[in-house]
Amino acid sequence: MKKGYFGDFGGRFAPELLMPPLLELEEAMERIMAGEAFQRELTELLTHFVGRPTALYHCANLSREVGFGVWLKREDLAHTGAHKINNTVGQALLAKHMGKTKLVAETGAGQHGVATATAAALLGLECIVYMGAEDVVRQAHNVQRMELLGATVRPVESGSRTLKDAINAAMRHWIAEQAATHYCLGSAVGPHPFPLLVRELQAVIGREALAQFQERTGKLPDRVVACVGGGSNAIGMFHAFVPHEQVALIGVEAAGDGSPGCCHSATLSTGTPGVLHGTMTKLLQTIEGQILPSHSLAPGLDYPGVGPEHAHLQALGRAEYVCVTDDQALAGFMRLARAEGILPALESSHALAYVLGLSGTLPVTVDVIVCLSGRGDKDLEIVRQALVKREG
Amino acid sequence: MSTSHLTDKINQAMAQGRKAVMPYLPAGYPTKDAFWKHIEDLDAAGADIIEVGVPFSDPVADGPVVEQAALCCLEQGVTLGWILEELTQRRSAIQAGIVLMGYMNPFLQYGIPKLALDAAQAGVNGLIIADLPLEESDEIRNVLQEQGIALIPLVGLNSSMERLRMHADKAAGFVYFVSVMGTTGVRDALPEELRNALIQARQSFSIPLALGFGLHSPAQLQGVETVVDGVVMGSALIRHLDATGKVGDFLVPWMIAR
Ligand SMILES: Cc1ncc(COP(=O)(O)O)c(C=O)c1O
Repeated sequence: MKKGYFGDFGGRFAPELLMPPLLELEEAMERIMAGEAFQRELTELLTHFVGRPTALYHCANLSREVGFGVWLKREDLAHTGAHKINNTVGQALLAKHMGKTKLVAETGAGQHGVATATAAALLGLECIVYMGAEDVVRQAHNVQRMELLGATVRPVESGSRTLKDAINAAMRHWIAEQAATHYCLGSAVGPHPFPLLVRELQAVIGREALAQFQERTGKLPDRVVACVGGGSNAIGMFHAFVPHEQVALIGVEAAGDGSPGCCHSATLSTGTPGVLHGTMTKLLQTIEGQILPSHSLAPGLDYPGVGPEHAHLQALGRAEYVCVTDDQALAGFMRLARAEGILPALESSHALAYVLGLSGTLPVTVDVIVCLSGRGDKDLEIVRQALVKREG
Repeated sequence: MSTSHLTDKINQAMAQGRKAVMPYLPAGYPTKDAFWKHIEDLDAAGADIIEVGVPFSDPVADGPVVEQAALCCLEQGVTLGWILEELTQRRSAIQAGIVLMGYMNPFLQYGIPKLALDAAQAGVNGLIIADLPLEESDEIRNVLQEQGIALIPLVGLNSSMERLRMHADKAAGFVYFVSVMGTTGVRDALPEELRNALIQARQSFSIPLALGFGLHSPAQLQGVETVVDGVVMGSALIRHLDATGKVGDFLVPWMIAR
């Protein structure tokens, strides 16, 4: 395989001015991150700061309801409430070892922004977060958290004013400030080495889930399911299972309101190959190659691209990608809350909704692990408004 | 050593004792019709090479002025197909060299082999692809070169000697030197380290060196005028056009700058 590629996808389609910092980062991954000292330090932080391993929870109530085994990998229990922290603690530590003093990041749901601000505070780095102006409004609570953690939040008014525009802004910032700054990218997207770097840092999710499940049951799960925005929680969850071919891997994308012609976020299900944000992947785009606006009730899934490794797993047939509408995700949210006493993030609710949709179709002996990528506290206002709208 | 038409254009300007003047305008700005009138005016005013921007929805290497202009073009339905068709009709009336400047994805969706054929047919002399670094460029360069179209490399203040040498092995037409660490957009002052970086680049390449990003007045070139063979103006030209409705007079001070 060509360096930095996953089959036909990946690569490094970034301005020439970004090549030196991208090469510097690749070199640091190989030299610093691979080293024993770094790994020891990272494990310390993951254990005592992030709170790993996170629980693998068997949902007894939901399992009874659907007729097969439902398990949750509880990334919502990680510090700051989502899987994003695994990535930011790792990248911030790497940045510090590289002698960088600042982190720049983009955020959609705000979870990655909060996680970056947290890692920056912990490791004494400055932090600037770009966030689409639309998302600043949708996720006001997370904006406040970032600011309390000492980060500067910069609203982005250009384009669709959501995650893709925040990534554009963060890349521009990085071009200009590359000497002292590391770009702490929030998903398994972007130019090489980011998709690889983020996957390596999130792979802890799947490694733990595999070991925990085997310890509890003595076997492998039948299916592993995760939501896909950029695809970092999903690739983290999938990675350890990829070699176990009998385990089905299912990524769940957001279909927005589901109406035909509506802009939604189901890139792998409906997109076509192209180049965005430094990588060759599948995109929501016009036939002329202009990027289409995306939409999801879950801000973290609202992205018109996807990590290149997912495009590759799909092309290989090793993973399957399906989509779920806003309404189905909302129903999944409510059902987990009532059945198990857990408020899931709306992103994770997509993965959950897909699994609940399998109700009654699988034998009782089947076990499905869902990556519960984050907790729902950030989404309470969206959920409230959606419920009001549904009843009104 | 390249025998590109673009190299010739710049050498001709140099022979007249001035720098090659290379205005940039996004295709279809401010309207589809007015754009071609502005291209004619730039040509009549003596532009040596005209850079026609191919609008893209997510232009990461561009600042706010160019981004806004590109989005305005997209709203009017500008496509690469339209640009090439129009250019094919009008090319014979334009003296200047023509370079398309854009981003990878619209070129890719058009299809690179078809792009090379249609662009050659339309009289395009070169391509600048802002998000295509050296490492990913071989295939496209070869396909373009077969049609006599040069893939213009972008280099910058952070390009190492080693990278400059790697570029030099493949460069054709001219080298585009990005004057600042950042995106397009008018700057008052160019960075101090620019002169030495330009001298390094000059020593690395045998083809002409053009400077772009941030230029608005010939006075900015003080200190680097002997190292630069051409100048590219984008944001400042767009602003001038927005303010006055014309483009030709913008070139006047640049036409005499040595
Ligand atoms: C809780 C949660 N899950 C999932 C995602 C989607 O990101 P990814 O697809 O990279 O896992 C986000 C993004 O913000 C998120 O906050």
